[in-house]
Amino acid sequence: MSITPFKMPVIPLIKKQAYLNLYEKGLREDGRRLDKPRNIEVKVGVLDKAEGSALVKLGNTQVLVGVKAEVGQPFKDTPDQGVLVVHAENVPLASPIFEPGPPDENAIELSRVVDRSLREVRAVDLESLVIRPGEKVWNLWVDIYVLDHDGNLFDASMLAVMAALETTTLKDYEELETGEILVKRDSPGAKLKINHRVVTVTTAKIGNYIIVDPNFEEEIIADYRLVLAFDENMRIVGAQKTGSGGMTLKDFKTALKISKEVAQIYFKALEQTPK
Amino acid sequence: MSGELHGVIVAPGERLDQRVEAKAPYIAEVNGVKVATTVGIVSQREGKSVFIPLKGVYVPEPGHVVIGLVESIGVSSWGVDINSPYQAVLAAQDFLGRPFNPAVDDLSRFLKVGDYVKAKVAAFDKTRSPLLSVQGEGLGRIISGVIVEVPPAKIPRVIGKRRSMVEAIEAKTGCSVFPAVNGRVHIDCPSRELEVIAVLAVKLIDREAHRVGLTEKVIRFIEDERRARGV
Amino acid sequence: MGGGAKATLIREDGLRHDGRRPEELRPIRMQVGVLANASGSAIVEYGKTRVLAAVYGPREPYQRFMVLPDRAILRVRYHMAPFSTSERKSPAPSRREIELSKVIREALEDVVLLSEYPRTAIDVYVEVLQADGGTRVAGVTAASLALADAGVPMKALVAGVAVGKVGGVLVLDVDELEDSHGEADMPVAAAPDIGLVTMFQLNGVLSEDELDRGLSMALTAIEKIVSIEKEALKRKFEAIGEEV
Repeated sequence: MSITPFKMPVIPLIKKQAYLNLYEKGLREDGRRLDKPRNIEVKVGVLDKAEGSALVKLGNTQVLVGVKAEVGQPFKDTPDQGVLVVHAENVPLASPIFEPGPPDENAIELSRVVDRSLREVRAVDLESLVIRPGEKVWNLWVDIYVLDHDGNLFDASMLAVMAALETTTLKDYEELETGEILVKRDSPGAKLKINHRVVTVTTAKIGNYIIVDPNFEEEIIADYRLVLAFDENMRIVGAQKTGSGGMTLKDFKTALKISKEVAQIYFKALEQTPK
Repeated sequence: MSGELHGVIVAPGERLDQRVEAKAPYIAEVNGVKVATTVGIVSQREGKSVFIPLKGVYVPEPGHVVIGLVESIGVSSWGVDINSPYQAVLAAQDFLGRPFNPAVDDLSRFLKVGDYVKAKVAAFDKTRSPLLSVQGEGLGRIISGVIVEVPPAKIPRVIGKRRSMVEAIEAKTGCSVFPAVNGRVHIDCPSRELEVIAVLAVKLIDREAHRVGLTEKVIRFIEDERRARGV
Repeated sequence: MGGGAKATLIREDGLRHDGRRPEELRPIRMQVGVLANASGSAIVEYGKTRVLAAVYGPREPYQRFMVLPDRAILRVRYHMAPFSTSERKSPAPSRREIELSKVIREALEDVVLLSEYPRTAIDVYVEVLQADGGTRVAGVTAASLALADAGVPMKALVAGVAVGKVGGVLVLDVDELEDSHGEADMPVAAAPDIGLVTMFQLNGVLSEDELDRGLSMALTAIEKIVSIEKEALKRKFEAIGEEV
């Protein structure tokens, strides 16, 4: 059952007013303009035991992603494709609002939006993951681990997932006579084949303003957020309105325009990541 | 057969003329436009355009006389369902009309779970539970008769214009009829047969609340029933 | 999505596999007040998709801490009956159902006058009885009707519809076949009386122009569906007298 959030932190009313007063001047609390994201840091290859990994800092928000590749079976209806599973965990150490336990609706929504944005455009070449059609394929487990929550988990997670996938290697393997697949753990392996690079851009509606890359406090005072996913050809490959407020068509168009520009900033951050 | 409609039915979100009168929350101003928030009827009453909700949620107000159902017994008060989102409280001290001593007085001796009480809303502001009082003429435990439930929005029709409907039922059946604002109608009759007819008459009003000529229809209904049943 | 069945989804004559034009809705049926126990209820059909919704409350929740001091909370459950799909669905809530419960709740929150009932909960239960595509949007439509039937005050009625892209063509009100083999599925809900889009998701790939056109197709259809909702509500109250 989905319940109206009833224990969110209280943002002082004068603080909300202070935010709105700044927006009127075209500024944010941290000096940003309304249509600019926070500072982005992407580090890849941060985990030794994972086949791909990335740590992304978006302002104070930190998200760690690990990709594990294991040999397994394909789904019955897609014998010629590998398996991609995206899972998100709001780790309790990341925020006072997170609690231990199975993923709540927010974590599930996060992983499903990221999953859909990758899946629909075929960002990962799942066909290249087939070892023996219908029997053995690579299973890619993409685990999103939120370490520090200061808003905009969607964009930070998508950046981290993309950076991790782009640096994922699939180890060499040998087919044994028994039919079993022996993965050579110490082999150099080959890079995972990526068809498209995807980013999401999140805007928030606060008062009469649309701002991009909201921090945690901005998310709380926002009427709603709009998450738009783009590929490098600027096709829209996923979308989700999240939050209780309704959206006018005019605001949607403004948000789309801002998001397209910010997508370029995110793509550049991925492009410039030392690998 | 049914009579014609009492006015024009409107649905939530439909625009109303600025002159239409209605109580909150049945009307809302959205972007400077007056809209209905529930299903209701716009009807002409004495030269005015009024919005009558056909379904609504009963919210208590100080001064309302309600019929409550005792649901729980606490140390010094009863929990009373008043057909509203908020459970009401009736303090023992108020019911007994004297200081109350939890060591001596056993509350279930006075009001049991399942009892009906007629009570006045003494205080309520949505931040606390409604507080009831039985201090006043005709208030207290209901000891005879039956309770019929109708949607609270239809109580004004059970009462009728200047009490015309209630008086018609009382005159034609000899029963006493008390429609409480929270959608419960207390009917107390000289005989079981008349009680059945009075209950059916109230249910008829519930079904046809928004039709014209209802009072005449109800009178005819009672007369026919009495004739048919020989009472 | 994707897959090989594209050719059959749009026929040579430009019509869809079931004979509909791209901008044509399936037959829509609605009935209000179908359950005796609930404060309000409705059943809604988009073609073979059939969804039942019931509302309980506003009421004080059993768990008294689960309230807000200045408004009611909405509790929404979207659930698919085990027999609603071709292969039996486990009745345990799936990740998909958890997400859809959230987006349906968020599609309703802005229109319900929650501030009228502080410290209470309004429960909305959406049960998919038969799934043939568009279950979440039919669910929003049914939930909106059930809320109105319960007498819960609302600024406006909400309705939903899904726009899809199949064989390169934008189509309205996708069914299951089109959803599983099409290139995109975009569920949209809106309150046209107050000009707000309250649910917006995209599952698939669209150009900016397609997104634009798809959204206006959805909004035009939603206006029509809301007027069917209004008729269904009025019909309930007009019809009562005839039954006597």
